[in-house]
Amino acid sequence: MRHLMNPMDLSIEELDDLMKVANDIEKNPSKYAHACDGKKLATLFYEPSTRTRLSHEAAMLNLGGSVLGFSEASSSSATKGESVSDTMRTISCYADICAMRHPKEGAPMVASIHSSIPVINAGDGGHQHPTQTLTDLLTIHTLKGRLDNMTIGLCGDLKFGRTVHSLIQSLTRYHGIKFVLISPEELRLPSYIRKDVIEENNIPYEEVITLEDALPELDILYMTRVQKERFFNEDDYLKMKDFYVLNKEKLKLAKDDMYVLHPLPRVNEISVDVDDDPRAAYFKQMQYGVYIRMALILFLLDIHVE
Amino acid sequence: MFQNKLNVGQISEGFVLDHIKAGKSMEIYKYLGLDDLDCTVAIIRNVTSHKMGKKDIMKIECPLEWIDLDVLGYLDHNITINIIKDDKVVDKKRLVLPKEVKNIIKCKNPRCITSIEQELDQVFVLTDEEKKVYRCKYCEEESHTLMRN
Repeated sequence: MRHLMNPMDLSIEELDDLMKVANDIEKNPSKYAHACDGKKLATLFYEPSTRTRLSHEAAMLNLGGSVLGFSEASSSSATKGESVSDTMRTISCYADICAMRHPKEGAPMVASIHSSIPVINAGDGGHQHPTQTLTDLLTIHTLKGRLDNMTIGLCGDLKFGRTVHSLIQSLTRYHGIKFVLISPEELRLPSYIRKDVIEENNIPYEEVITLEDALPELDILYMTRVQKERFFNEDDYLKMKDFYVLNKEKLKLAKDDMYVLHPLPRVNEISVDVDDDPRAAYFKQMQYGVYIRMALILFLLDIHVE
Repeated sequence: MFQNKLNVGQISEGFVLDHIKAGKSMEIYKYLGLDDLDCTVAIIRNVTSHKMGKKDIMKIECPLEWIDLDVLGYLDHNITINIIKDDKVVDKKRLVLPKEVKNIIKCKNPRCITSIEQELDQVFVLTDEEKKVYRCKYCEEESHTLMRN
């Protein structure tokens, strides 16, 4: 039995297969409409989420399965002090697969150890968010036709942004990648990612502060939100939250075939006047998020659709 | 010049831990859980050493099966261990960095699940042998071996 804790749990070959299935789902959704008949997905969300929870649920429903779960810790026995492992033992009796989001890092790993069903890490604190990374990779691969030979700009909160860390880690496995890290000094990429992941793999990168300087050379711009929930101090958050705003004017500096991705939700970092630009890929990205989660559920349940 | 002439007698069964980094023997005592065991322990600190300048030595007299020495590999893999049985050295153990250590080090990440679920084992996994880096099995917080510096 497999779980998904970290995007690196999947080999490049497995990732390629998942993306092939996801692209096939996009073209032939009816072929997959009953692939999970009779199967149940439990969504255990100890922290609020719109996209991640609903996209997992939509994925299972699209496959003909059903869903159950809770969307905040207060509506679970966690409020009574139940441990993650006991909750997981319980859910293993009710469902065939589960997706867990938890504010504490490593909670889904604890769950997986005590689970008799596959566990998907749907985000654990500032640690990992592997299905977002799979979504990002599928989006880039589908729009650009490749995952190698690209200059990727990552902008905003590179310090606490778990999606950024996971995406960097995953992309280092492909040839010809260059990273441009765009952030204020205070939100720079942690050194353990810069040194142990980027430098260790001899990946070229540069750190810049101004978005406009970086835009002309990028093939992908990955914007992030400065996340209030990751700050212990409100003043620090307020100082950083509006540091970057991508608008129509700035986008003129970018290549015609550059795409803008964002894990969403956005606050102010992408102006709404960018939404209609053909390079704005962040809404398509959400749709790809459903396809890749459908492919992932099939993979973890070992269901093959011919 | 002050001459170090302290001598501690032989043990008939147990362990002699040699080449402990000077001043670290009390930490070793704690991590081996010796305060919970009913055994005789001699701790000799700041012994003159040709190789190390100064070192600590520990002699632990107890049945061999009482102590799990694997943890020493994590604490300081330069320690040498003589295993004593019937008043003789029957084996010398070379330490290696263990692949995993349990309940030796506490994860310092306030966001880690172990910070709120106290009953969980604190498990650290060796992720970089060369740099002696261990990471929390749950949240991947980094930790180095105690005697790294």
